[in-house]
Amino acid sequence: MTHPNAIALVVFGAFFGLVTVLGFVAARWRRGDLDQLDEWGLAGRRFGTIVTWFLLGGDLYTAYTFVAVPAFVFGAGAIGFFAVPYTVITYPFVFVVMPRLWSVAHKRGYITGADFVRERFDSPALALAIALTGIVATMPYIALQLVGIQVVLGAMGVGGSGYLADLPLIIAFVILAAYTYQSGLRAPALIAVVKDAIIYITVIAAIVVIPAKLGGYAKIFAAVPAQKLILAAPKANDLGQYSAYPSLAFGSALALFLYPHSITGLLSSSGRAVIRRNTAMMPAYSFLLALIAMLGYMALAAGVDKNPAYADGFRRFGPNFAVPALFLSSFPAWFAGFSFAAVAIGALVPAAIMSIAAANLFTRNIYKEYLRPACSPKEESTVAKLLSLIVKFGALAFIVFSPQKYAIQLQLLGGVWILQTLPSIVIGLYTRWLHRWGLLAGWAVGMTLGTWMAHELQFKGNVYPLHVGGLTVPGYAALWALIANLAVAGALSVILPRLGFARGSDATLKEDYAPTG
Amino acid sequence: MQSRKRLPTAAWHWLLVLPFVGLLWVPFYNRREPALAGFPYFYWYQFAWIGLSAGLTAVVYFATRDQDR
Repeated sequence: MTHPNAIALVVFGAFFGLVTVLGFVAARWRRGDLDQLDEWGLAGRRFGTIVTWFLLGGDLYTAYTFVAVPAFVFGAGAIGFFAVPYTVITYPFVFVVMPRLWSVAHKRGYITGADFVRERFDSPALALAIALTGIVATMPYIALQLVGIQVVLGAMGVGGSGYLADLPLIIAFVILAAYTYQSGLRAPALIAVVKDAIIYITVIAAIVVIPAKLGGYAKIFAAVPAQKLILAAPKANDLGQYSAYPSLAFGSALALFLYPHSITGLLSSSGRAVIRRNTAMMPAYSFLLALIAMLGYMALAAGVDKNPAYADGFRRFGPNFAVPALFLSSFPAWFAGFSFAAVAIGALVPAAIMSIAAANLFTRNIYKEYLRPACSPKEESTVAKLLSLIVKFGALAFIVFSPQKYAIQLQLLGGVWILQTLPSIVIGLYTRWLHRWGLLAGWAVGMTLGTWMAHELQFKGNVYPLHVGGLTVPGYAALWALIANLAVAGALSVILPRLGFARGSDATLKEDYAPTG
Repeated sequence: MQSRKRLPTAAWHWLLVLPFVGLLWVPFYNRREPALAGFPYFYWYQFAWIGLSAGLTAVVYFATRDQDR
């Protein structure tokens, strides 16, 4: 793929141009004063069921879905399918928990999870920890989106060598940054509608056309090495994939809606009924994700990794090149260009929302709290706009300096960190029994332990083999860290009050969590 | 915990535990057979839970809808 594929590139460029125009026009959609943070950053909290469905879909189903999951399935087999149980069980959890967060945020004007924690636990320090965690955990997730864009650009032969290699990616990101700055959350919400349309067309074409070419699903599964087709059975002293698989699914499911961009998506909806309805409708995307995961096996069956035409792509991008190579080998050039546009736009939308969410966090919980308490609403929204640019370039640095075999590891690393905010945010929605300093200490322990485990795995994996007695239990590092986090927070919540540490006062009222009367 | 006052809501929520049980206990589904339309059991079982879980959520939503007003 050293020669640019002109037809694919023209189609790709046309769609990319279309969404760029939409991104700028979005500033006028459901017009509001974009100098106010909750207009720029939450689009005025006016999104109904349909727009929220598109926005959350655009937000949560990302390059993770289109590139990282099939790449993992392609390379590692059944274990990569954990993304399916993950995106199924997350919704019942959200259904029960998140309407409470929406209610209290709506009544008290919160924009971020840290806003809530600050008032609930009367602790600016804990809120700072939550805000920093959100920003840090978002970076590798944005970086994952960049990998998606990089891979499809590479598939079309775009990009030179050395410094030029990343230039097209940087250009795509400057465009994204410009319209996010201009239009705020309205831009990704509007683009999400286009994104979904072209993604559904691509996926439906892929699951009809490619299996027909390969001789049906039975043939596709037959091409998968037997030991990868289902999970490896546990050994006498090692649970192996039997604990790794569900722990990845469970940990990821709990983590998903703690990400700042998920909370932004939830809080921009117009009511708790919108959230509850959407949790029953979002699995339509999970179904799509499961189908896309199958593309990993189709790439195996098509033998794209053995095709010399794609050798260079696999050398540069590893298993992440599986889906682009499959599209190139199965589709005519114009449709390959269309499908690459789907992947790239599918990465731009969440990247925009993630950078907006991180910007909201910085502005509300760090800038206004610690640096300029007296800042005006206009200054607040200007700072958020600027920070959305900085966050994106931080993610760009992540990708240029830290290449990964499996892009999915970037998302799992983000999950290790963000899950450590669960005790403060989720348990905090129900009870103040956990002490603020206990929560802070638990958070510190969880962050340290999770990062240490990731470091032990050289940041190449996130399944840490825990040794319990004579038994090895491999599990998602995020969960191990959360258990330590909860143990510390719980123990200190018993001890600290007896030593005379005050719990602080709760600014929220019991009614704040309930539906509007 | 104000939902405690409305016992029915909390009771309905128990239905939502089912997807967790069905999907997190790997021995339930880590098998090749029986295959369905070429899909090994491992895959179509988990595909099926997508629809089941959405259905259960919808049931609970409609049963507890008055909570939102």
